[in-house]
Amino acid sequence: MSNALDQIFVTLKHAIVAWFPASWQGLVSALITVAAIIAVFAGLFALTTILERKGLGRIQNRLGPNRVGPFGLLQPVADGLKAMTKEDIVPRAADHIVHFLAPLALVVPVFLALAVVPIGRNMAAIDIDAGLLFFFAVGAATELSVFMAGWSSRNKYSLLGAMRAIAQMISYEVPLILSAVTVVMMVGSLSPVKIVAAQAPDGWMPGWHLFTPWGFAGFLLFLTAATAESNRSPFDLPEGESEIIAGYYIEYSGFKFALFFLGEYIGLFAVSGLAITLFLGGWHAPFAFLEWVPSYAWFFGKLLGLIALFIWIRGTLPRLRMDQLMNFAWKFMLPMSLVNLVTAGVWHFMGAGVARWLVCGVLVAGPYFVLGRSLFEGQKLSKRTYRYAD
Amino acid sequence: MTASFAIIGLLTIAGATAAMSLRNLVHCALALTVAFAGLAALYLQLDAQFVGFAQILVYVGAVAILIVFAVLLTRSSETPGASRLTRAGIWGVAIAVVVFGLLTAMISSSPAVRHPAPPIPAATVRDIGNQLMTKYILPLEIIGLLLTAALIGAVIIAMPEKEAE
Repeated sequence: MSNALDQIFVTLKHAIVAWFPASWQGLVSALITVAAIIAVFAGLFALTTILERKGLGRIQNRLGPNRVGPFGLLQPVADGLKAMTKEDIVPRAADHIVHFLAPLALVVPVFLALAVVPIGRNMAAIDIDAGLLFFFAVGAATELSVFMAGWSSRNKYSLLGAMRAIAQMISYEVPLILSAVTVVMMVGSLSPVKIVAAQAPDGWMPGWHLFTPWGFAGFLLFLTAATAESNRSPFDLPEGESEIIAGYYIEYSGFKFALFFLGEYIGLFAVSGLAITLFLGGWHAPFAFLEWVPSYAWFFGKLLGLIALFIWIRGTLPRLRMDQLMNFAWKFMLPMSLVNLVTAGVWHFMGAGVARWLVCGVLVAGPYFVLGRSLFEGQKLSKRTYRYAD
Repeated sequence: MTASFAIIGLLTIAGATAAMSLRNLVHCALALTVAFAGLAALYLQLDAQFVGFAQILVYVGAVAILIVFAVLLTRSSETPGASRLTRAGIWGVAIAVVVFGLLTAMISSSPAVRHPAPPIPAATVRDIGNQLMTKYILPLEIIGLLLTAALIGAVIIAMPEKEAE
């Protein structure tokens, strides 16, 4: 029974595909998968916008949107209609073709990246050997779209925003990939499906990579780099409202702006999905006795949990300064992820036991303190005192 | 020649041609990216997954950005107004056509073409990794050392010079 529920979408797809003649089946199967991915994640995008606005509102002691529909739940529909009916304004000096292509060049790769993330048992759209490489390859293409948007608008602010965004994305791509490499080393495969299979629960022991010293450090590094990669607070300098208004999409209006918004969120889902795949056991339940819950429910539950974390971080942390951003990337994240590679190797070659927990724990915690201290070196930090008018 | 090969090939050639002939340098760089992506698609069509994805990661992700930034930071994006059809340009095209014709004639008449192609070994990403870590470990280490040296060199160049006392 639970197995049938787990595979319900897979059997449904097979049933639909079986209706068509044999020569059409490949195409129909691909179309159904693509349509499902686009529909589900676009729906999740709508849900996330309202959750984010509500959550941020609560953090900032406001109510958030509550006028459209019950509890403001229909707000995304209103926003979507507004975006579609708005006039599409293109600056006269803008480079029209590049200006038009930039949002498309952002949305297409981020949806492509979702194709290799396994969202359930037997539910990866494409299961290829080099899946992880595919993910990072299409992710790299988004940098170009950011440049296209910033350059083609012929606006100083948007070009500045694009420069900032690209500098940040290139810097944080290194720790992002290096922290993913530790998992590849331990599993011995670049295929996301195999990486998830390696994290199956073993009785009372969750097999998640998070519960190892290298996995813990790797997960935190990956999550930080992913936040920076998707330009979210506290790494939202490229669109810092108070400094450069909206960064690279300042000259976009109407549905093109909505596309940028969509691309950013889908990118966040994709990279969170990869974090789940690499470190949080993918669609596996933490314990074997919980495996009766459908696998996709676990995946989307974890995804929503990570999104809640991202919203919480956005509501809590102030924006970084450019020098802090670069120092953090090159002086902390990069050495830390290199050390983590060594830690993973040590973990692999020491036999199971308490000793390797101790050694690897020291290998992770030691550099963390040393590097963290060195970030504050030469800076005169003191408690900020406020003076209020009497 | 399959339909997908024709489409990808045409796209690649169109990108490369545009990269040569467009007036605006940033447009040229973007067109070159299309050519890079087309090459990657050709590799993928030949079942060379690793090379294909590495091509996208390195060329579309890094080299294109580098080119675009170099163009942006070194000269203004004003397009030169000079005519495209110059004497040197016409001579260049003529010489290129002659060389291409000669090469085609030579290659098609050479005995090497008539030999049947050897079977292509299927190289998965796993095989490439194993080879890199066993047989080709020395070149890999040397490249690693070279890149590290380049990285340190770049950092030293970028460091602010201390004022001489």
